[in-house]
Amino acid sequence: MNVRHWNSKAEDRAARLARASGALGTRLKGKCVDAEAIGALLEAVITPGDRVCLEGNNQKQADFLAKALVQVDPKRVHGLHMVQSVLALPEHLDVFENGIASRLDFSFSGPQGARLAKLVSGRRIEIGAIHTYLELFARYFVDLTPKVALVAAQAADAQGNLYTGPNTEDTPVIAEATAFSGGIVIAQVNEMVDGKTTTLPRIDIPADWVSFVVKAPRPNVIEPLFTRDPAQISEIQVLMAMMAIKGIYGEYGVQRLNHGIGFDTAAIELLLPTYGESLGLKGKIGKHWALNPHPALIPAIEAGWVESVHSFGSELGMEEYIRARSDVFFTGPDGNLRSNRALCQAAGHYACDMFIGSTLQVDLDGNSSTATLGRIAGFGGAPNMGADARGRRHSSPAWLKAGREARVGRSGAAGTPRGQKLVVQMVETFREHMQPAFVDRLDAWTLQEQAAMELPPIMIYGDDVSHILTEEGIANLLMCRSDAEREQAIRGVAGYTAVGLARDKRAVENLRDRGVIRRPQDLGIDPRLATRNLLAARSMRDLVNASGGLYQPPRRFRNW
Amino acid sequence: MSNVPAGIETLDFSFSGSQPAGAFAPVLVGVVGSGNLEVMLETAAGTDCRVHVETSARGFRSIWQAVMDDFHVRHPLAGVRVSINDMGATPAVVSLRLDQAVAEITGAQP
Repeated sequence: MNVRHWNSKAEDRAARLARASGALGTRLKGKCVDAEAIGALLEAVITPGDRVCLEGNNQKQADFLAKALVQVDPKRVHGLHMVQSVLALPEHLDVFENGIASRLDFSFSGPQGARLAKLVSGRRIEIGAIHTYLELFARYFVDLTPKVALVAAQAADAQGNLYTGPNTEDTPVIAEATAFSGGIVIAQVNEMVDGKTTTLPRIDIPADWVSFVVKAPRPNVIEPLFTRDPAQISEIQVLMAMMAIKGIYGEYGVQRLNHGIGFDTAAIELLLPTYGESLGLKGKIGKHWALNPHPALIPAIEAGWVESVHSFGSELGMEEYIRARSDVFFTGPDGNLRSNRALCQAAGHYACDMFIGSTLQVDLDGNSSTATLGRIAGFGGAPNMGADARGRRHSSPAWLKAGREARVGRSGAAGTPRGQKLVVQMVETFREHMQPAFVDRLDAWTLQEQAAMELPPIMIYGDDVSHILTEEGIANLLMCRSDAEREQAIRGVAGYTAVGLARDKRAVENLRDRGVIRRPQDLGIDPRLATRNLLAARSMRDLVNASGGLYQPPRRFRNW
Repeated sequence: MSNVPAGIETLDFSFSGSQPAGAFAPVLVGVVGSGNLEVMLETAAGTDCRVHVETSARGFRSIWQAVMDDFHVRHPLAGVRVSINDMGATPAVVSLRLDQAVAEITGAQP
């Protein structure tokens, strides 16, 4: 009988550490690796076919390690299986072009979406699956555990403790999955502290999870993705924001919520202290947020609307403001933000009563997608934010009201009392260049055929969407009782798009009588009052002033 | 939209109105800028409401027709000439500017 060996992972890790020690010699001091030796380290600890997480976050990027991985010898390191949430840098795909990697599991590919589609169609890359963030993090602990993790932090000490700074993002979940399953964690840092004259402001990742640290020649790349210049918000967006605040936030008493990243929701943030105040809604809506530190939220925070904000990542320029408003943000003993994408995604899914965000296309079933032809982009966290949390058991007034509306008149399992999340898709009927937001058929179906996917890439399924909000009105899909009713409710707010013009006018008026469709005038809103003067800040400079000079926008946003 | 040929398209619409606008000084709202438009209202002889559109976005006649039909239902004006200079405004912005312009001649408070 063969004796099963039960500690192969630990021995494998020890062997890899020994190979690194032998290959690096004096270029390795404790856990500290000379920057010029990074290639030798990667070739020593990575073996062909390994599962590797190259930390690509929504914002923070392990760019030095990415460049190093591209440059390893493909004869020694090849066939890697990359498991990372975001493909943001060219290097994230270069590793597939030069044969170092062959398989990919990811969540979002933003700027690399078009190139990824080309590599897939050229059979240069095999996609395991496109996940949501939470799904991918979950699989790190099931069947996609990294063997080697290449992560980024702000600083390290000689023992290998890591300080991430405000953009903690994915690092804890990656390091934990790797370190506790016999893997190797390599961190690039912007600075080393000696532990005597300089110390870490706080410890985000403990040293015994970390195998190697290397001081990168340049600070890691980080993108300000959540800054929206109020100067670009249109009157129509102001109108839609008024409708959202009065017709949904106020109507349901939404206290816990997540916002998308677009100008539509930035307009809502900027209308809370003005229009929201005039409706007497302060204290009744918008107290608790799962949200990155959006600069557009500054006026509402300053006006005392916001009690707490937990964040997926940070936002460049908001550091001093966050430090000075530590009652609102989750901050460490050092005063800096501690973000955490996995926990904030869980908060957005289970602890929030509403998600509201924009999309590119909505079909007659209410399915919505941002997928466009020729790109494989993924949706990051949107499908978890924008989905009813069917495992939720705690109640709140907003959740219960939505659940009642969806269940009234139904029996059996469909009528069993429970709550429901508000999932609001907020779109102008036409986007720029007169592209209709409402379509008979999503581009997602064509993309599915092009890329041979098993399912069309739908971002938010129609049966999770509770409301569709356009400049023409709000369609409450919770109250629709048939596919035909749902279709007319959607056509009834689709404006002058072909979908909207093809409405059954009598059916739409009937839905309006029942309150399924509500026009601005039904809500007591005069569209002529929807001016930019209602915005609590109308420019980047206004945001800086509202923060008392604490918010320091990146140079590209300093337009005054 | 990339398949729209360059150049200005001219569109004309005419409606028979039931609400005489009476005499008023010409009204101008909006600006000619990307995604925006300028709407001018002037008095005209007769009982029609005539609309003249010059737009940089070609190929959207049926949408303009629908927007103008709805405008006429909201405001069946008589004796008015409407002149529009458009640079790709969405129907929502067009309707908003038309309503803003009518508010100035009817004195309706928003």
